Formats: sequence, structure tokens, C-alpha cells
Amino acid sequence: MGELKRSTQVIEAGEGAAFATTKLESMLAWAQKYSLFMYPFVTACCGMEFMSVSSPRYDFSRFGSEAPRFSPRQSDLLWVVGTITQRQAPILKRIYEQMAEPKWVLAFGTCASCGGFYDNYACVAGVDKIIPCDVYVPGCPPRPEGVLDGLMLLQDKIQSGDRRPSIVKPRHDPAVDQGLGLIDLKRAVKA
Amino acid sequence: MEPIDVEISEAELELPEEPMLLNVGPSHPAMHGTVRCVMELSGELIHRVDVQVGYLHRGFEKMCERGTWAQVFPYVDRCNYVSPMLNNVGFALACEKMLGIEVPERCQWYRMALGELARISDHLTCDGAMAMELGAFTPFLWMIKGREMIWDIMEEETGARLTHSFGRVGGMAAPPTKGFKEQSLAVVEHILSIVSEVEKLMFGNRIFLDRLEDVGVISGENAISLGWTGPCLRASGVAYDVRKAAPYLKYDEVEFDVPVGEKGDCLDRFIIRLEELKQSVRIIRQSLARMADSGPINVVDPRVMLPPKEEVYNTIEGTIQHFKIVMEGLKIPAGEVYSYTEAGNGELGFYLVSDGSGTPYRVRIRPPCYYITGGLEHVITGQMMADVVPCFGSLNMIGGECDR
Amino acid sequence: MAQALIDLIKRQFPSAVLETHSQHGDDTLVLNALAWKSVAEFLFSSPDAAMNMLVDLTVVDYADREPRFEVVAHLLSLSLGHRLRLKARVGNPEGEGAAIASLTEIWASANWAEREAFDMFGVTFIGHPDLRRILMYPEFEGHPLRRDYPADKIQPLIPYLEIPGIEKVAPFGRDEGMSFGRQVHARWAEDPDDPRAN
Repeated sequence: MGELKRSTQVIEAGEGAAFATTKLESMLAWAQKYSLFMYPFVTACCGMEFMSVSSPRYDFSRFGSEAPRFSPRQSDLLWVVGTITQRQAPILKRIYEQMAEPKWVLAFGTCASCGGFYDNYACVAGVDKIIPCDVYVPGCPPRPEGVLDGLMLLQDKIQSGDRRPSIVKPRHDPAVDQGLGLIDLKRAVKA
Repeated sequence: MEPIDVEISEAELELPEEPMLLNVGPSHPAMHGTVRCVMELSGELIHRVDVQVGYLHRGFEKMCERGTWAQVFPYVDRCNYVSPMLNNVGFALACEKMLGIEVPERCQWYRMALGELARISDHLTCDGAMAMELGAFTPFLWMIKGREMIWDIMEEETGARLTHSFGRVGGMAAPPTKGFKEQSLAVVEHILSIVSEVEKLMFGNRIFLDRLEDVGVISGENAISLGWTGPCLRASGVAYDVRKAAPYLKYDEVEFDVPVGEKGDCLDRFIIRLEELKQSVRIIRQSLARMADSGPINVVDPRVMLPPKEEVYNTIEGTIQHFKIVMEGLKIPAGEVYSYTEAGNGELGFYLVSDGSGTPYRVRIRPPCYYITGGLEHVITGQMMADVVPCFGSLNMIGGECDR
Repeated sequence: MAQALIDLIKRQFPSAVLETHSQHGDDTLVLNALAWKSVAEFLFSSPDAAMNMLVDLTVVDYADREPRFEVVAHLLSLSLGHRLRLKARVGNPEGEGAAIASLTEIWASANWAEREAFDMFGVTFIGHPDLRRILMYPEFEGHPLRRDYPADKIQPLIPYLEIPGIEKVAPFGRDEGMSFGRQVHARWAEDPDDPRAN
């Protein structure tokens, strides 16, 4: 619940009755983050993982992002799944422009985030060269767990009203946690 | 409600004589995101259609000319991303043909078993997605469940769910894991039960059958002329399968049938994939039975294989050999070869030109999808607009492979 | 089998066959580019050849040779089960004048294969019904698979914003969002008076 909990106040009115006050933006953001209508812009390999994420084992409907809408006007989360080529770029931009505010963009996979290993004449080096992007999920293709992490990160950002782009980080980054470099860490493990 | 009483003259009711242009795709759920069809409609009938591909052209062939031979593997992986293992093995076989080496027997059986598992996942995805596009969501979920099981095996073996880059020139990256045989046998059993469930569900469904039967018919002769191979060609009654016609690996030593369709319509293509899947299970069982539990997986050839790590760290010869193969790439003698294997969609060919250096001079991938998608125009001309979805779904267009 | 076929073609078209070779079991005929279509027609219709499928058609660019391009076709006979590779060399070192007859009248698969060869290498196929780009977009200039086309030279349809002093600014304002790479470094974005902050 995050932000909503902090801005909510429950007031007892006696005899078991109570009412709560909260801020309108928090309430709206809470509603938005659990009803993301998505537009899957699926082009390439990552589409296979996208199928997996939507299938019963990983099931992203649990996070309130069930309904795919193939009309940009009805959707508020644009999943860019796969490589965007120079030829595809104007189409992606047009679809983004057709979406109504508020809208978010999730770059699924390395190609959508930064272009991946396609450093050539045909590909765009990441969707953020064309449209603004909110969450980047790394991986070629990312594992479904990583995608779900990305989705939850986006929900947090929606709740807190943060529009700065961010990347899904590894859950456990020992090098960061313990203040050790990777080499030091290996030594520590050996010792 | 009152009826709307508007006077419309006769002339206004007539449809315009010029055909209506309709643009479908590239971002359309039925077009897999990468194909655009511009259709000339008259009513609901398609008069003329212009199929435009290339929305996923990622310059694979150009990129292959920039790295070493071994660096091509990640690119062929992402070519047909539904069955990357078949592409891996296909490219490894092409390189090995040029080098004139043959991998050990155990590796051949291993490649076959992994390849057929990949074929199952390919056919499951294709049929599942096709059923989903026609509104049958349940079989899609079941088939993806089956695919997840195969991907679990792949992850166990290769470390990656989808893009493995597991093939090597002269062998595989790692020997089979201990539980590979047991796990695979259990999974294929499960897959067969999923398939029979799907068959029960789909083939009693009048709506599904009506949308597929006699839709998108193509004759065997036309399919050959269009360069079709694989399940789509076999659905039209031509029993051409590279595994039978020009056996590679150990395909001449296993028993399997080549299912052939009669009419060449969408239903035939759907059924052929399910039947092939059962044949793949047969091949997997035989390969696993004949694959040795121990033995070498890679060739012993200092030209292509990296030396073991102890040698690299402890002997100067090992270090130099390692350095040469990693930095310069393995050398393939100058010349050219066309090597072909049966991938998920048909004949996957590699036309390689080497100038004797560690970098490929030209890697031409003969994508089965490209020619099959080239025939889409012939398949859907004269059909109804709603038939485009099953026709396109049954061809199994894979964007990465079609556009490269 | 294939040797008999090669001899047959040599007898039938004595001046068309420039050389033959066979490597790794692939029999190859190098043809005079002018005889390209007539030999293909013969291979298609002759009962001894019965090449009913054009498996693949592609081009290899030998930038330092004259003629520069090598058009390579792989043929297959499904009924007789043999394969043959045809080659013809066209074009001068500048990449001009590369033209060869189209095979679309014989095999339907030549249609897209030739369009791709035209798109990627700029080889013209005379008699092709619909020769235009297929993989690249119509605005693209040059032919990407030629050896002299730089692999990383892009021709974007959505160009970057032109802001003096800064490279590669994405085409959207900072009120809409910001790319990740710009986030930390672009201190100018915080300053409303800075012209770069659009």
C-alpha cells in the first residue's frame, strides 16, 4: 500500500463505526496501480517470455494487470517487448502518442532498454531514444521473475508519483550489501 | 424506441465501386507485431493483398561478418526464438561440415534429443497461439504449461530458459546432466497427455473446425513453387522432410513417420503440427535409450576445441591455444558450404562462405519462414477478412527468422 | 547423378558454363550471367533435372573482385532428390551495373528472394514484377549488406533533437520523461533558463 497507508488516517466515531481520510492523489494512484490496462507491443524473442509471464505459472494478472488492450486509447501501460528497429520506430512513437494520460512505459528486455547487441544499421538503441520510459527490465530475455519485479517497481512508482526512470535491480547484490567488491567477496567466500 | 425515419435515396445505399483499402498491422495482435498487410477489400472478400515484412530486420547477416565463427551462435539463437536449439545445432553442423569433423556419438544423440524437445516447444507455441487468436484461450494456457516443462529441462541443461547459445563447433557446451533422461521421459509423457486433452477439446468444437476447414488451401504444386518446406508443405501432401530425405546426425537410425496432410488447409496444418509432436516424442525416447551415460561429448581437435582449464593455467601450449581460439576465433578452411537441417518451420539452410580467417566472410541463413510468409499473399487472396487470422497463425511466421 | 546433370548442361549450353566445382558435396555451376534464365528454365523443365524448388537465392559481395557480386541460387528436385548450386557474377567494383534476369516466372519463391537481394545488395533483377525494398524501409539509402556499408551507420526515421553541444537528445521534452542515461549527467535539465532544457 505504501504511500496510501502513510497518508491515511482512521478516525473512530464510536460504537464500532469509523471513517478514514486520505489524500485524493494517493487514492487515485492506488486505484491506478492495481488496474493497469496494458498494451503489449510485442515484436521479438521477448514475446515468448511475455507469453510465459501471462500464462498460469507466473500469471501477472495477480498484480492487477490482466486485461490486454490492443487499442492504445484504452490502455495506460505500454509494454515494449523486444527489439525496436528503425522501421518500427515511427509506429511505436505513434502508439505512445495515441495513449491517453496517465501513461507508463515498461521496456521489457535488453533490446528495448538499450538496444542489446544489435549495434547496427537496423536497430534503435533502446526505446528511450524515441519515447520516455519508466521502468527498464534487463535480461535477454528477462526471466519472468524479473518482469514481475519490474511490474511491482512500476506500481511503487505510480503510488509515490515518481516519474524518474529506474531499472530493476538484482534482488541480492552482495557486492552492494556488504560493501565488498566482487573480488573481495570471492576471497571472503573462499576463506 | 422510435424507428429512425431517414430518407435515403437508392444511390446512397450502394457500396462504393472502388475497393476499400484496409491496413492490418504491424502492431496488430494477429500479426505477431511484425507484419503489415495492406488489403484491398470488396465487401469482406480480399481482392489483393500486399504483405510487408521487415519490421524486425535486425541485421543478423551483417553482424555475423563482424565477429568470430563462435560468435554467430547467439545470433542464430535469436533467429528462430521459439526453437533456438534447432538453429544452434544447424549452424554447428554447417561449420563441422566445412571442417570435416564429426562429433562423438553421444553428442549426436544428445543433440537430437534436445532438438526434438525444441521442436515440441515450437509446435506447442504455434498451435497454442493459433488457437488463442481464434478465441480458444484454454488450449493456449495448457500448451504453454507444457512448454514451461520443456523450458525447465532446457534450463537444467543449458542454464537459460530461451536463448541458450548451447551449441559449439565440435560438440556442445556441456554434457547432459544426470537427471536429463529421467526428466525428459517424464515430461514427454506429460506433453502427450496435454496433446490428447487439446485434441478432445478442439476437434469436437464445431466453431473451431468451421473456421479452419477449407480455409487457406494451397496445393502441393504451388507450395513447392513458393519454396515452402516443413509442416506447411507436408500439410499440402508433399512428404518432404529433411530428416528423411537427407538424414543428418542419427536420424537414419531412428524410427519415425512423416505425417502428411491431404487438403493443405489451415486444419491440416494444425493437425500436422500435433502429429509431428507425437513423432518427436518417439524420436526422443529412442535417442535417450541409445545415448550413452558416459563418454566424450566434444571432439578432440585442438583446431576447434578449447583446451581444459588445467592445461590453460599450467602449460604454455594450452595458454597459447586458448588465446588463439578466443582472440582470433577458430579457423575454418576457405570455401563454401550449404548445409541444411529440419528446423521447426522447415528447411533451415546455412550458406557459409569462409575466406580461411577466423571471421565469416558471409553467413547466409535460409529462413524457412521467409518463403512461407512469401506465400501468404497466395493463401489469403480470395478469402474472407476473418480468415486472415487462422491462415496467418497456421503458417507460424517467426519474426526474427523471417526478417533476420 | 549430379555429375551426369552437369555434363548434360555442359552439352546443352556449351558457352554458358564458365566453371564447375564440387565442394563438401555441393555441386556448383558458374554460369555466364546472360544465360542465367535459360539454364534455369532448362533445369526446371527437363525431366532429367526436374528442379521444382528454388530453395534459396542470395548474393555474396566480393568487394575486391571484378565482377563484384556473385548471385547464388540453390535448387532442389523433390522428385529426384538432387541439389545443384548455380552462380553468376555481375557488377563492377563500384557496385554499378549489377543486373541479372529474374527467375520469378519459373519459381514463385524467387519473388521475395530477389527482392531481398535487391534490397540488401542493390542487384537489379530484370523482369521482376515488383522490385522494391522488402526488409528495409523505402527511405533507406544504400544497400546494407554490401561490404562498404558501415555496419553501424543508422538512418533513423525519428531523428534526435538537434541541440548544440549535446549529442543524441531523444525527441521528447523533459516534462514527458527522461532517458536513463541523461538522468544523472544532464544538470542543465534542472535549469529553466538553459536553452537546452527545451
